[in-house]
Amino acid sequence: MNKMTKNAIGRKIPTEINGKQVIPFQGVGKHKATGRKFAPKISSCADYPLDGDKLVPSLKEALIKAGIKDGMTISTHHHFRNGDLIANEVFRIASELGVKDLMWFPSASFPCHEPIIEYLKDGTIHHIEGSMNGPLGRFVSLGKMKGVGVLRSHGGRYQAVQDGEVQIDIAIIAAPTADPFGNANGVEGPSACGLLGFALADSQYADKVIVVTDNLIEFPCIPWQIHGNYVDYVVKMEQIGIPEKIVSGTTEITKSPDRLLIAELTAKFCEEAGLIRDGFSFQAGAGGTALSIGIFFGEIMRKKGIKARFARGGSNKYLVEMLEEDLVEYILDGQTFDLEGVRSMRDNPRHVNTSPFTSYNYHGKGNFAGMVDIVILGATEVDLNFKANVVTHSDGYLLHGIGGWQNCLFSKNVILPIPLFRDRIPVIRDEVTTICGPGELIDIISTERGIAINPLRKDLIDKMKDSKLPIKTIQQLKDEAERICGKPKAAEFEEKIIAAIKWVDGTVIDVVRQVKE
Amino acid sequence: MEKLLIAGNKGKSVRSDCFVTLELTKSGGIQIDLKSKVGRLFGDSIVELCKNELNFFGIENAKILIEDTGALPFVLSARIEAVVKQCIETDKEYLLEMLPENLYHTKKDCHRRSRLYLPGNTPKLFMNAGIHGPDGIILDLEDSVASSKKDEARILVRNSLRSVNFYGAERMVRINQIPKGLDDLDYIVPHNVNLILVPKCESAEQIHQVNQKIEGISKKKKIENPIFLMPIIESALGVIKAYEIASASENVVALTIGLEDYTADIGTQRTKEGKESFFARCQVVNAARAAGIQPIDSVFSDVSDMDALKDVVLESKSLGFDGMGCIHPRQIKVIHEYFAPNNKEIDKAKKIVNAFHIATEKGLGVVSLGSKMIDPPVVKRAQRVIEQAIDAGKLDEKWREDS
Repeated sequence: MNKMTKNAIGRKIPTEINGKQVIPFQGVGKHKATGRKFAPKISSCADYPLDGDKLVPSLKEALIKAGIKDGMTISTHHHFRNGDLIANEVFRIASELGVKDLMWFPSASFPCHEPIIEYLKDGTIHHIEGSMNGPLGRFVSLGKMKGVGVLRSHGGRYQAVQDGEVQIDIAIIAAPTADPFGNANGVEGPSACGLLGFALADSQYADKVIVVTDNLIEFPCIPWQIHGNYVDYVVKMEQIGIPEKIVSGTTEITKSPDRLLIAELTAKFCEEAGLIRDGFSFQAGAGGTALSIGIFFGEIMRKKGIKARFARGGSNKYLVEMLEEDLVEYILDGQTFDLEGVRSMRDNPRHVNTSPFTSYNYHGKGNFAGMVDIVILGATEVDLNFKANVVTHSDGYLLHGIGGWQNCLFSKNVILPIPLFRDRIPVIRDEVTTICGPGELIDIISTERGIAINPLRKDLIDKMKDSKLPIKTIQQLKDEAERICGKPKAAEFEEKIIAAIKWVDGTVIDVVRQVKE
Repeated sequence: MEKLLIAGNKGKSVRSDCFVTLELTKSGGIQIDLKSKVGRLFGDSIVELCKNELNFFGIENAKILIEDTGALPFVLSARIEAVVKQCIETDKEYLLEMLPENLYHTKKDCHRRSRLYLPGNTPKLFMNAGIHGPDGIILDLEDSVASSKKDEARILVRNSLRSVNFYGAERMVRINQIPKGLDDLDYIVPHNVNLILVPKCESAEQIHQVNQKIEGISKKKKIENPIFLMPIIESALGVIKAYEIASASENVVALTIGLEDYTADIGTQRTKEGKESFFARCQVVNAARAAGIQPIDSVFSDVSDMDALKDVVLESKSLGFDGMGCIHPRQIKVIHEYFAPNNKEIDKAKKIVNAFHIATEKGLGVVSLGSKMIDPPVVKRAQRVIEQAIDAGKLDEKWREDS
């Protein structure tokens, strides 16, 4: 039986996960790893063809050449989002080769990865360290995965690679365009996805790196978002992704009147609180509400005759329009969500690709996240102390990854625009089911029925004291929702721990238990 | 084989509703099969509600299947009552607590710029309707409810009037056409409905029938709150009788027009330009004004075209209407914005009202602006413009202190 300990946020966590000792969460900015960063093995160019041709006939052959064997850590990436074909193919081959107990280290998983369940069942994969979404999340939540899942933020993934907590044996990088040397980018080709930032750490630190492409071009592949100098093998395949699922043809703003209302209230709040000023910066994702908030920001900027110094992506056609209208001077982009985003990144030098290293990494000498004035994030639950959950639903099922969420909490003003209840389920709870972020980093919860400001933000409370916006306490919002929905029972769990939630510094902030059926 | 009884909705786009199937049995007690999207969090309370309600109606043996997509208690309860009433004769009603904040009344001349239609049997749209700030919310029992669903919709609408907070919007119900609509009144009059829309109205007599029924119910249930009527003119005959209808009773506070039915009745089609209904709309405005009540325009049905809506609102306002209907919350803002006075109108009204105040302060009997005398009705209209401007957020309440 695993020994348990209590971390600094009050959650009971085991001292060991998957046989490795863990460090309990100690508070924001408290834990600092010491020593030297992890280093990959020394390679010699004498071992690689002088003519730069690293082509191998098939992915299977590349995996065999890379020495795939039991217990290895295999990484893939989510640049193709729900249109990825490569991760499933890698494990199909591994299963066919009879390899067992692999650890899958994806930068994120999507519903398209449902076939992975088969390889978890047949023992090919021991456990996953990455996000567990949709059907995978359901499978893991029911305690059916052999090992314990580990969820990290995008920055946390880079951190775990840099301090050697995760040592990648083979990284498979799906690239929309590549040359035989292994230089690769995401802006060209039928599977264009914009950029390949999530694979950067893997290219630099993995033992073996395989680039897989459906658009092989002659050297040089420019721009080289991934440097061929890190790459061992290049494989040309017929198809690596489903284009219409990689990026949508067009992003549409929400038609939901309730979400539009939340977006409008949020934007008005930012305006009244003085957050929208000349030279400010913001990050709004591609979710319906976040997208609309960006559009309302645009209206406010036009009205005031000001512009933003930079916006952080995920980019989409609306953000690109703002860039081209010069309402935004730069887009610092982590991923592109539609074809307009891809086009802009390819053609506009002010639309810059970034990676978890520049944006989020805990072991960097600073990162971009903290410089952003306004960040718009989601949550499945928030508690009375503003702690929030993004990975499980109130019924206990693991359904989402952390993404850049934890990293973005370090921005100057963190706003969570969320409906006060979804169907019948209130969003504000006494205690969140799973803690993903400490309350001290979350500033504003904005709902269709009112906006709550974290009491720690006395400056914002003061600024908004004469506002006509519906400013309420978080307790008031909670009471209001429970009066409508009733008070939900807490979800029931088994003892078994099925996943650990890492904080950005590599400590464990919470664990997820098996759902009681 | 016992009869299988059903109520509610299920299917891909259904949310916040439930589909209840009931089968009366001879023995075995109450067997509840709950399939709920929120079962892990609310399962126990749903089962308890179901048991209490069946017990209330005296049902001892039954198999009941509840397929729930996150229905709130007022919805669950309405669906169970609807299914029960298909198998037993009873006058009993399973009433949930009336929210104290739902007990407000409205005034004869309150703003009726926007009224948002909600299909009366689609509960997912109810909870958030009020937060969009329409002047009125209509729970519709007429055209948006399939004829096989009329009975269950009445119960749902009744429960909504008690349990859903519409945040100060005038609480309206559109009943079915008279005489059928008279039966709807039992479900709404005792539950603080503020205003009833009477569709396809063609005579003062129909208004009298509605009022008689309201009085009967009010007496029996000891209800004293005012209930206003807004007849809807939807036929050639209705247009001819517009004034008779508008002046039929003290509680008729507004007259409106339904253009889909009207254009069909006169044998034409509705166009964007609306030439075909020009006469009818003018007639409604004129009849309403003659009777001293509010003329209210029809709805605009292209919910994605906000520019066209703006044009329609401006035209409607210029014809003399005070408001119009909407079928999507996004239309509310546009309607309020453009029914509100524009800046030129506000400036003029400010001058007149200022002149009025100065004259009153000086004890002058006559209000004048420059060399012009201002008549009392002009002052009154200017005061109304100021009120509208304040309501639309175009003028500060304390505008006189600032000036």
